[in-house]
Amino acid sequence: MLKYILPLILFIVMAVFLALGLNLHPSEIPSPLIDKPAPAFSAPKLQAPAEKLSPTDLKGKVWLFNVWASWCASCRSEHPVLNQLAQQKAAVIVGLNYKDEPEAALGWLAQLGNPYDVSIMDQDGRIGLDWGVYGVPETFVIDKQGVIRYKHTGPVTPEDVQQTFLPLIAKLQAEN
Amino acid sequence: MKHLSVIFLLALAGMACAGVEYRQFANPEQQAAYENLTSELRCLVCQNQTIADSNAELAADLRRQVYEMLQQGKSKQDIAQFMTDRYGDFVLYNPPFKLKTGLLWIGPAVFLLIGLIAVFLFARRKKNVANVEINAEKQQKIRSLLEESDQS
Repeated sequence: MLKYILPLILFIVMAVFLALGLNLHPSEIPSPLIDKPAPAFSAPKLQAPAEKLSPTDLKGKVWLFNVWASWCASCRSEHPVLNQLAQQKAAVIVGLNYKDEPEAALGWLAQLGNPYDVSIMDQDGRIGLDWGVYGVPETFVIDKQGVIRYKHTGPVTPEDVQQTFLPLIAKLQAEN
Repeated sequence: MKHLSVIFLLALAGMACAGVEYRQFANPEQQAAYENLTSELRCLVCQNQTIADSNAELAADLRRQVYEMLQQGKSKQDIAQFMTDRYGDFVLYNPPFKLKTGLLWIGPAVFLLIGLIAVFLFARRKKNVANVEINAEKQQKIRSLLEESDQS
């Protein structure tokens, strides 16, 4: 009897592990920064390099921190989604222009529209490193207290906006 | 012709240098720490490479960060902590033993144990087969069967 059952059990165990493996996303690394205060920075604004922005300027507001670059192909597919999200004015959208040339970045915004309330420059990638950025695009959600509450790796899709971002933003807006 | 080959070799030398980063260290210990750390930190873009091996831009940024922190006199633990604070345990090729990483550490030993048990059971069963007694009647039958096959 065992002779027949044993291969079946082995098969089921393997099938379960393989099925789990197929549904894993090894390229998505959980961020240890969730529920931690947003790392500090003071960075020049893309449109006005003489002015600087720091996370403390955004205290009391719910904001999205979207890492983007003109050289990033998946940012292009994400861009219309951000444009649409910006129209809803649910939260402040801050862009981190990551390892990019300012001219190329400004050209990109002029061509595709600008969903960002403000974009800051991170030409040598140091702010990105501090935020644990390893791929572009990435999107963080920061609450009114300046704490990172969520991180999304990869392009944001309309489904992500509807199912994750908008409900989370609404929840965070209701907090003090 | 000779001139050409000299030019060619010089061009090659230039190419060989193109991808190399020059780092200056205050002492050999610092250099050893740098080499040790960069070969223990994972490049998060190309996940099966260390930041020492990878040519990805992120790996170069991480190497620069390690170098700068060593220059500031930070210890290896400080730097490893800095990286895990930002990228999680995943950035370490030698993850710490935790509940979450338990399977990773214990898994191989468990599989070895299962293998050993299987071999043990299998070997014991084989031995039982070898010990089957053959009585006189059966031996007679075997002999006659063998003779039969010899004749044919």
